[in-house]
Amino acid sequence: MEMLVASAIGIMTAAAVYLILRRRTFAVVLGMTMLSYAINLFLFATGRLVRGAPPVLADGVATYTDPLPQALVLTAIVIGFGMTAVVVVMALGAFVEGGDDRIDLPPGDGDGRANAGDTGGAP
Amino acid sequence: MSPALIAVLPFLGALLPGLLVRSGRGVAAVACGVVTLTALVGLGLHAPAVIAGEVVASRLDWMPQIGLAADFRLDGLGLLFGLLILGIGLLVILYARFYLDAKDPAGRFFTFLMLFQGAMLGIVLSDNLLLLLVFWELTSLSSFLLIGYWRHLPEARQGARMALAVTGLGGLALIAGVLMLGHAAGADDLTGLLRARDAVQASPLYLPALVLILIGAFTKSAQFPFHFWLPRAMAAPTPVSAYLHSATMVKAGIFLLARLWPVLSGTPEWFWIVTTTGLVTMCLGAVVALFQDDLKGLLAYSTVSHLGLITMLLGFGTQGAVVAAMFHIVAHATFKASLFMAAGIVDHAAHTRSIRRLSGLGALMPLTFVISAVAALSMAGIPPLGGFISKELMLEQAAATAWLGGPRLLGWVAVAATMFSVAYSLRFVFHVFTGRVASGYPAPARDPGVGLWLAPAVLAMLTALVGAAPDRVASWLVGAAASGVTGTALHPHFSVWHGITPALVMSGIAVAGGVAALLAWPLLDRVRAALPDLDAKRWHDAMVLTATRWSWRVADGLTDGSMARALGAMVAAIVAAGIAAWGSGTAPAFDRPMLPVTGAAAAGWAMLVAATGAMVFFHRSRVLALVLVGIVGLMVSAAFVHLSAPDLALTQISVEVVTVIVLLLALNFLPKVTPVESGAARRALHGVVAVVAGGAFGALAYAIMRTGAAFPTIAGYMVENSYRLGGGDNVVNVILVDFRGYDTFGEITVLGIAGLAIFALARTLVEGPTGDRLRAMFGDRPRVGDRHPMPLVVVTRLLLPLVLVVATYIFLRGHNAPGGGFVAGLLVSIALVMQYMASGFAWAERRQRVPYHGLIGLGVLAAGITGIGAWFAGRPFLTSAYGYFKLPGLEEFELATAMGFDLGVFLCVVGAVMLMLDSLSRIARRAGETVNAGPMDILSGDPDRDPSGPA
Repeated sequence: MEMLVASAIGIMTAAAVYLILRRRTFAVVLGMTMLSYAINLFLFATGRLVRGAPPVLADGVATYTDPLPQALVLTAIVIGFGMTAVVVVMALGAFVEGGDDRIDLPPGDGDGRANAGDTGGAP
Repeated sequence: MSPALIAVLPFLGALLPGLLVRSGRGVAAVACGVVTLTALVGLGLHAPAVIAGEVVASRLDWMPQIGLAADFRLDGLGLLFGLLILGIGLLVILYARFYLDAKDPAGRFFTFLMLFQGAMLGIVLSDNLLLLLVFWELTSLSSFLLIGYWRHLPEARQGARMALAVTGLGGLALIAGVLMLGHAAGADDLTGLLRARDAVQASPLYLPALVLILIGAFTKSAQFPFHFWLPRAMAAPTPVSAYLHSATMVKAGIFLLARLWPVLSGTPEWFWIVTTTGLVTMCLGAVVALFQDDLKGLLAYSTVSHLGLITMLLGFGTQGAVVAAMFHIVAHATFKASLFMAAGIVDHAAHTRSIRRLSGLGALMPLTFVISAVAALSMAGIPPLGGFISKELMLEQAAATAWLGGPRLLGWVAVAATMFSVAYSLRFVFHVFTGRVASGYPAPARDPGVGLWLAPAVLAMLTALVGAAPDRVASWLVGAAASGVTGTALHPHFSVWHGITPALVMSGIAVAGGVAALLAWPLLDRVRAALPDLDAKRWHDAMVLTATRWSWRVADGLTDGSMARALGAMVAAIVAAGIAAWGSGTAPAFDRPMLPVTGAAAAGWAMLVAATGAMVFFHRSRVLALVLVGIVGLMVSAAFVHLSAPDLALTQISVEVVTVIVLLLALNFLPKVTPVESGAARRALHGVVAVVAGGAFGALAYAIMRTGAAFPTIAGYMVENSYRLGGGDNVVNVILVDFRGYDTFGEITVLGIAGLAIFALARTLVEGPTGDRLRAMFGDRPRVGDRHPMPLVVVTRLLLPLVLVVATYIFLRGHNAPGGGFVAGLLVSIALVMQYMASGFAWAERRQRVPYHGLIGLGVLAAGITGIGAWFAGRPFLTSAYGYFKLPGLEEFELATAMGFDLGVFLCVVGAVMLMLDSLSRIARRAGETVNAGPMDILSGDPDRDPSGPA
């Protein structure tokens, strides 16, 4: 079982990294969603895998799985959604403003070399 | 008033100008003045105790793990500098109020000035070396802001940058040196450090620590060869020059030398480095000052020279030299600040600071003339002014010190420097104020109002008083400071007349030589013009340029505007760091037994892997990729169910739904396919990076799961106390709303902010030219005829109350069974979004009564109020209480205060998620989505005309 979870984490991460390295916003958003899955599963797995012992107290039950990673991951899932939504709206804005959905800077944009020689010489 | 409070007051004062400047800069200046005066009085109240030899201290632990403590102490040295900082600060505030133009943003100026004042006070009052470093860096930063105050002037920006580069680099060296010193002494507090002289000087770290600390002090105090930034800092407004670059900040380096004098001085290394640097700086500054054309330039190089003088005195390592140094700090601060202010007055009146163009101002501005003359003669060391006494003391000490093998050599070099000092001081007076009245002043030059001349007049009067009655006016302060530096009680006595001493003879020679030099000035200036111009600025520029080029090269290597390159480098760096960390440690054996694989798990894994693979393969077809992402998310939720995490499964699956909806809404506008843009080689490279990252991350996960925890986990505590302290059986929920409630509080706030950010982004998209472009891009594209199919509309409306009931149930049971505010909030959002999808944005919007921003605010408020409620029971924030209640007709039930917190979570989640989706739907409407009417809606009429339609 551990092998399955670890390989699933690895495969999802590999897919996510490949998608994040694409040049269009939507692929990057998909990659980030996949990366969130992988990381959430990883964080959850740091509590080690236990079956049939949910951290809900019941009479006569002595073993429970570690609840702390679950609490961390629960909020991480919700925040992850918020982040995805922000990125999506930013991608949308960039598409409408710029006319395409490339994520790279256009050549010459954001190039600060014009100031490189301005190191303090008298005007 | 405790020393800590005195140091903090200016920082509090820095808040006032921003708040008050709307009422006028006069009010802002008065507020700063009041704060400064309060601190000054607080300091003054300690003066009798400090003069009696006591050390006033206040202590507060800050980060005890690294030895950082907010410890402050006030001794004689601190008192001297504190009085200078606050006293001259008060005068500078007055002067600046009248100096600044009405167009200059006064609030910003006074805020920066108070920030600087606080930082400088922090340096002189801290008892902790690390704390001192923090304030040290703050003075560099606030000085940068003040030099660059007139940001429209290129020389102000360049001067500010140069000052920051030089003093900032020096600050870095100082950090290293101070850490070494603390290590050698085994103490981080000054009190302990000052007792560790023998340990420090015996340590092999002594020399490197000394050199690094001296670099820090010399850069700050503009010592050769780091002096070149100070003249360029003269682009600052004149009050700043008077305050930072003559009286206070540039003396921070001197302060540090004095502060560490008992620990570091007395060795040959100290003597040679400090004395020689001081002497060279003193001579160089004095010579260059004589040939400056700019009034402020003359004063700047003169400041460099005088700072060299003080440094040299501290280098001697004798108690007499320390007394002389302390006296000269007082004398220099008074006459130099006064001269700077006078230069500012001349600049205001004559609209130029060029000495060649100024002449005969004394007839037009008699008051300024008198003030300048007194201060400048003090600078020249003419009796009976303050500068004379310190110059005599200096010459006496210099004559008694052997240097480079010559018993008299140092004395004669000092006389030469003093000669130039006399010459430039007299030049300041005679070339500007006497002679023929120069023509061509743009406006008739007159003495200014009292606001401008009062401050320099007070300082000039002080320098005269110090000279007239040094024993009465200055000896207490100088004595206390010298005692603070040396650690032995010193009670020096000063007088103007000692009889004919060698020092007096040397002084007379210097004055005579200075007068001669001034008379021969035109000749000397021609000689100087024929000599090559030596300026360290060229080296500085070359260094900065080289550093900039290398930075560009490195930056271009990592990112040239291509995200893939930057992200790829980041991923590679993370993987490399992880592998390095793994290789440097030892992992326990993989002895944790594996769980058996069930058929269901294997099937789920296969589906997840297949969907992931298919998604990468088909990711160019975006809608298909989205469906596949949904499958992956579903399988992750299934894994959570399978592995004892029901809460996570519920959350994941509801988030999955809203995520897919958000992405679908966005796809409405984005292109539906991703074109192939990378070549095969690049894609293969990316594939390799991805596989390596995935393999490493998977291996790490495997390693963690197969080994036990390195420390006993806190899970046991959570499970044991969940019911006892939190009143809930669902431990995950109790952690969220109780044990780690603070985290959750922060998280729902972040979620709310994300919602608001999306709302703001969407607004910029639907309004203005972008909105028009949006409409032009999508306004006339073909649409499906049947946008809101009847069955979907009916089903979703029937489902709404059902989902709301389920959500209420999930919410209520959350404390004891899987569920809670997060899941319930997501469920309600899904139910509402279904209405938007089935019946159209406009229809749903019309029926929305509570604005979603309001829900976010209510949620944060509810959570906050629940937390604060614990205060009324005398408990810390967010302590929960619970009890059992019975209502007629119901079974006994439990109520916990945590439910109020969970309600806040619920409201915040609903508000944020709905605000996000609603913002997207606004974009859709702006893009031409019309309000649906007619048969597709249950209403027979147009809901636009019937806003009160059925809920």
